[in-house]
Amino acid sequence: MAKVSDFIVDDGETDPLAIPQLACGAMAHSKPFVAKDKHQAPLGFPGELVENWQEQAIVKMGELLTKYRSLQVYMDCCVKCGACTDKCHYFLGTGDPNNMPVGRQDLMRKVYRRYFTTAGKYVPWLVGAEDLTEEVLDEWYSYYHQCSQCRRCSVYCPFGIDTAEVSMAAREIMDSVGKGQKYANEIIGKVFTIGNNLGLPTKAIRSTLDDLEEEMQEDTGLDIKMPLDEEGAEILLVTPSADLFAEPHIDGLMGYAKVFHEAGVTWTLSSYASEAANFGVFIGSYENMREVSLRIRKAAEDLGVRRIVFGECGHAWRVAYSFLNTLAGPFDFLDQRYPIPQHICEFTNDLIEKGQLRFDKSRNDKYRLTYHDSCNVARASRMGDKPGGQFEIPRAILRAACNHFYEMAPDTIKEATLCCGGGGGLLTDDLTELRIKGAQPRMRAMQEVAREHGVTHLAAICAICKAQFTKALPAFGFKMDAILSVHQMVSNAIVLDGSIQARALDGEKARVTAQQDREK
Amino acid sequence: MVTLLYAVLFAVATIVLFGGLAHKIWVYASAPAPLKIPTTPAPVTRMGVVFRLAREIVLFESLFKANKWIWIFGWLFHAALLLVLLRHLRYFIEPVWSWVVLIQPFGILAGFAMLAGLGGLWARRLLVPRIRYISAPSDHLMLALLVAIGASGLIMKYAIRTDIVAVKAFFLGLVRFELSPLPTDPVLLIHLGLVALLMMIFPFSKLIHGPALLFSPTRNQVDNPREVRHVAPWAAQLAARTKAE
Repeated sequence: MAKVSDFIVDDGETDPLAIPQLACGAMAHSKPFVAKDKHQAPLGFPGELVENWQEQAIVKMGELLTKYRSLQVYMDCCVKCGACTDKCHYFLGTGDPNNMPVGRQDLMRKVYRRYFTTAGKYVPWLVGAEDLTEEVLDEWYSYYHQCSQCRRCSVYCPFGIDTAEVSMAAREIMDSVGKGQKYANEIIGKVFTIGNNLGLPTKAIRSTLDDLEEEMQEDTGLDIKMPLDEEGAEILLVTPSADLFAEPHIDGLMGYAKVFHEAGVTWTLSSYASEAANFGVFIGSYENMREVSLRIRKAAEDLGVRRIVFGECGHAWRVAYSFLNTLAGPFDFLDQRYPIPQHICEFTNDLIEKGQLRFDKSRNDKYRLTYHDSCNVARASRMGDKPGGQFEIPRAILRAACNHFYEMAPDTIKEATLCCGGGGGLLTDDLTELRIKGAQPRMRAMQEVAREHGVTHLAAICAICKAQFTKALPAFGFKMDAILSVHQMVSNAIVLDGSIQARALDGEKARVTAQQDREK
Repeated sequence: MVTLLYAVLFAVATIVLFGGLAHKIWVYASAPAPLKIPTTPAPVTRMGVVFRLAREIVLFESLFKANKWIWIFGWLFHAALLLVLLRHLRYFIEPVWSWVVLIQPFGILAGFAMLAGLGGLWARRLLVPRIRYISAPSDHLMLALLVAIGASGLIMKYAIRTDIVAVKAFFLGLVRFELSPLPTDPVLLIHLGLVALLMMIFPFSKLIHGPALLFSPTRNQVDNPREVRHVAPWAAQLAARTKAE
């Protein structure tokens, strides 16, 4: 098997946004595994490519054009100005022109023009219209699974054309004719049957939580609870199941628990809704996205909680912040004094602003840190009550918890942030080449701050980013554990009331004061 | 004969332009946006969205962020086109409004600026491999059409002058459903023929991008999904069906 670093050609280029030469068809071979019947059926999709797939696909496209204004407007209004052509990290990493946002959109636009516009029906050659042939379907399957739906293109398009909308529609059309993607569809099935993406049963979750409680008790000397299915708790924490399973995610989970402990609120996880992620969004399926969202509502109702807080996960926060109220609302049974739902970063930052959290930043001195804005948080959601809070709040938390924090280049952060390369349902081993090449712009930006400021670590608030970077970092000369959770930094530095750390610090302080008094 | 032909042509072009526009706007307006998808950071109030759209329309804000060359040429072309169109109002109104008289000299200059902008855009389309790759024949023809309209206009202004008083009489007549003879110099007929063609293509091509921008959910939505529940009619039906089950 190829090493991840084999996918990267070191040509001495260091500019994260350097525009590559066009390499037509360079990524045509990149395709995720096709879903089998058992992955398709639970989602309501045909198990294999249906006989009259072409006809059905066009009918489906027509349906989506009337259901989604975004798709209708975006099929029509592109002027081919070229503004987006150098904005996609997959294009920057591969040079394949079908990975330019407009190139990707045109794969659908040419079919739209052929079947839904007068010019395309009668003079297809003039307007670049094409029949939906098997080759075109193949192209769709390949390149619509090379879009992480990160929306970077939509920032720069003069009409706000969002390729994510187009790739979601394409995936929905393909699903509807039986050509689904195994990775995403299998995972959605797991949520329906087990409750989370990773398929963790309740027992396994409880035993992980027990271990973590023990670890925190040893570390702090305090009984910090990690409750599961606790009825009557004030807060339901909905977090990606990776937080219960993988590094560095799990360190973030301990950070949330410590913050809740210090805030003195009661909280619980739910085994029924043990997943914040919602892969329904990746496949553009409103129905499946809604099904997954309704689980959260049901868990909140069954447990009788008053608030819902989401853990660190990018697209989950998009679905939670932007769509949850639409999909599973209204949440009139929750406490209206708090945002519904609330992000864990909003929760923590509120406490920091009120001066209720104490930190010993020196505990994080071994890290020289930069922050990766996860695409869905940056460009598809908000935190706090002001636009841009999604940029400022996580940074405020990091600054409160760490001494050494440095920003990457301005055209690679905040609204211009580069995707990790693994978002949008592409975090699967069958797409490793794409993931590594797509990570290149972000990794080069990190290499810049590593050279200039000695940055060693990257913090993020997205489960997919964390998993993806664990894989991508080694290909670019970093350690695989150079990716951290933001709440891991909180967990390291927080000084809980009455903890071993607090006693040590206060003891130290008392000793110093006494010394000073004596000297006087 | 030519007069009648062009009268019919412009009547048809006007109907196609406005009928087509109305149809497209109806299509866009009647398709719901089922989810909140503003590209964030986005305004949190309706007024903020009005400002965001205004900045997009007047300044091409997003394009400015994307690429300074495309922005310069694109903005130059559009601003110049606006001035040129306003200047042309003088051929449709009598007496001519004083502000139209005032912008007359700028409108003439704008004719050249418009061509410069188009030239820049076309050069990029031909010379930048990424943009050449995404260009269909229609993209080049659209530029050719606009350049031909601009150039024929300038030729009439500076080289082969037409009887502009008669042209104005023709158009004032059209507005009142009366036929007044149109001069028959070829440059004028080319200029007007191409303008009519442009009017007819407008609603059914990428030229719809102006009105379409107003309907772009990533630009025209308020960022308030937690505060205000947003449900499209077809999505509400879906919810009702689940409840019934």
